[in-house]
Amino acid sequence: MNICNLSNLKINKTGKIIDFNCNSNIKRRLFDLGILKGSNITPIFRSPFNDPTAYLVIGTVIALRKDDAEKIIVTYE
Amino acid sequence: MKNYKIAFAGNPNVGKSTIFNSLTGMNQHTGNWTGKTVGNCYGKFTYKSADFTAIDIPGTYSLMSNSEEEEIARNYICFENPDAIVIVVDGTSIERNFNLVFQIMEINPNIILCVNLLDEAKKKGIKIDFKKLSSILGIPVVGTIAKKKKTLINLKNIIYDVCLKKIVPTPHIVKYLPIIEDSISLLSCEYPTIPYPLNRWVSLKLLSNDKKIIKTISNKLNIDLSTSSINSKIDECTCLLKRNDINSSNLEETIISFIMKKAEYICKEVCTFTKKDYLSKTIKIDKILTSKKFGIPIMLLFLCILFWITIVGANYPSQLLSDLFGNLKYHILNLFNTIHSPEWLTSILVDGVYQTVTWVISVMLPPMAIFFPLFTILEDLGFLPRIAFNLDRCFKCACTSGKQALTMCMGFGCNAAAVVGTRIINSPREKLIAILTNCFVPCNGRFPFLITVATIFISGTISGIFSGLVAAIVVMLVVLLGILLTLLVSKILSKTILKGLPSSFTLELPPYRTPQIGKILIRSLLDRTLFVLGKAISIAAPAGLVIWLFSNINISGVSILDFIANALDPFAKIIGLDGYILTGFILGIPANEIVLPIILMGYLKNKTLIDIENVNEIGNILVTNGWNLLTAINVMIFTLLHFPCGTTLLTIKKETKSLKWTFVSFILPTLCGIIICFTTTSIFRLFEL
Repeated sequence: MNICNLSNLKINKTGKIIDFNCNSNIKRRLFDLGILKGSNITPIFRSPFNDPTAYLVIGTVIALRKDDAEKIIVTYE
Repeated sequence: MKNYKIAFAGNPNVGKSTIFNSLTGMNQHTGNWTGKTVGNCYGKFTYKSADFTAIDIPGTYSLMSNSEEEEIARNYICFENPDAIVIVVDGTSIERNFNLVFQIMEINPNIILCVNLLDEAKKKGIKIDFKKLSSILGIPVVGTIAKKKKTLINLKNIIYDVCLKKIVPTPHIVKYLPIIEDSISLLSCEYPTIPYPLNRWVSLKLLSNDKKIIKTISNKLNIDLSTSSINSKIDECTCLLKRNDINSSNLEETIISFIMKKAEYICKEVCTFTKKDYLSKTIKIDKILTSKKFGIPIMLLFLCILFWITIVGANYPSQLLSDLFGNLKYHILNLFNTIHSPEWLTSILVDGVYQTVTWVISVMLPPMAIFFPLFTILEDLGFLPRIAFNLDRCFKCACTSGKQALTMCMGFGCNAAAVVGTRIINSPREKLIAILTNCFVPCNGRFPFLITVATIFISGTISGIFSGLVAAIVVMLVVLLGILLTLLVSKILSKTILKGLPSSFTLELPPYRTPQIGKILIRSLLDRTLFVLGKAISIAAPAGLVIWLFSNINISGVSILDFIANALDPFAKIIGLDGYILTGFILGIPANEIVLPIILMGYLKNKTLIDIENVNEIGNILVTNGWNLLTAINVMIFTLLHFPCGTTLLTIKKETKSLKWTFVSFILPTLCGIIICFTTTSIFRLFEL
């Protein structure tokens, strides 16, 4: 079990969210999209300029900027 | 007879507007991206002799946040007492959609669940057991394919039954931790006038201390929620919850995780997935469209092809139309002669009104009729969010929201619509920047002008099949200049009068959908064409009249148009234009479509009745009035960069509720235009000396 920021998770590697380091407003937006503690999240591709990154979360593709992904802590194997 | 109110709620981009359109026969604009509907939209329909008013409310993922569209949706669901709420969910990802379903259940029990996009779900190998879903949720469930009207009959039947109370939904609301449930019941006794389940929801909002919502609730329901007895109960509950490590800030998280767990459970119970990797196709395409090597070039290529098809395709119908109008003019003149109408009347109606209207139609209409369907196809396909995804880094550098890329793309259609569309941007600062910079991309009213000028001057020097391509590239360069300036001006605004850091940004990349090409063609051609024709007649006709008067009423030997043009001429010359061009832009404020006709009218003032039979002849008129390559370039730049049209200005005033910002939106692009035209002119003159 390793721990890292979501932004550092390698492409196609699935992580499980364990914590958030952001304010409640941003957190709420993330919750709406199904990004919660315990959800699985997989980075699948990055934009031409490397930021943002598209993530797969419960069957949908969501793009997050690096600044926001940095605040999400995940574990992976 | 009673008129039943039906609200259509749901996550963004699940086809709510398509269902709404099919039921009401209205033509709300739809597209494959989040945030198409930003305000409530009303429509009517009749079924089994009962009257229904349908309300299309903005798509939201949740009702807990405080963004503008969520507030509109929440206020409608909470306080307008619709007879039924149809929650439209995406059949391909119902698990995530349940978050909203359960949140609405807590507010209003009269819910119908409409599982849409069943065709896509089928393609992806997803099967849903509707009976089981209905019994687990306690509400009627109906499956639909919004594109196919037939599938909507079941939905209509259920709406009818629910409204007439033949079916009474009894939603099974998610139960949270016992300690939360206890607190809810404790609080709910304090306001017996609020019905169940709304009272439960109010208690939750009080417990999470959401001040803004609480204030709205007490206003709308006319109830005092800050009495001492309520406050003391809140304190009591807060203490209770705290002992269980729940406080106002993590209460919502707890609630949502409960909802999500339930959603996961339901999904497992009712859905069967026969194909495992159902997203793989979309992801494969995305990996190419957003790749480092090809992402940006492909976007540019698409844009270029779009313009090229428009330019090449518009030529022929343009020619056809002007021939037609030319012939018609001959007959009209004959008619006027036979009825012995006075010469001034003939002139005012034919040279003024008729000429302007037909110019607008023959020059502007064909490019629009081609450009719009093509753009709509890209939109329906789901290409716009990918553009936003690819360009987000640039917008981040400009300290603004990535969603500005979406509103910018909307601007290609209509700047006024795009200004309304900026509501999808949550931060007020970023929204304002998006509004102020929206006019930096040319709208549908300005494209044909750009295309005409590019065709005449830039590609006129090159013959053969490449001429259209060159014109397309030139138009694309102008558009790129607009995008570049959007970013630059956004950055400058972010660093000066609208200081701030970029806020968080989430963007959904929906799966690609096959566009309904036939429907798009009919919709775009009929709706937009009729709309443009209407606009041409309603604005160009009186404008033609005014311009004719301006160019024919003489005050001490000089016509008013000449007077204005002469007054503007010295300034216009400095920036490489001339007085008539500037006058055209100023008089063209009501609609940018009439700028070119005004300019032509100015040039033709003394020569009566020159038939303009094709684009080349327009070119000749322009050249004999001193246009050269520099003029053409400057006119194109100034078309891109000048004050927004009247409609857009009014919309900006409405959205910003501030005269100051409306003024800024007026002056900002104008200043840019003047500065850039001045620069190009100076450079040109420097080298040509």
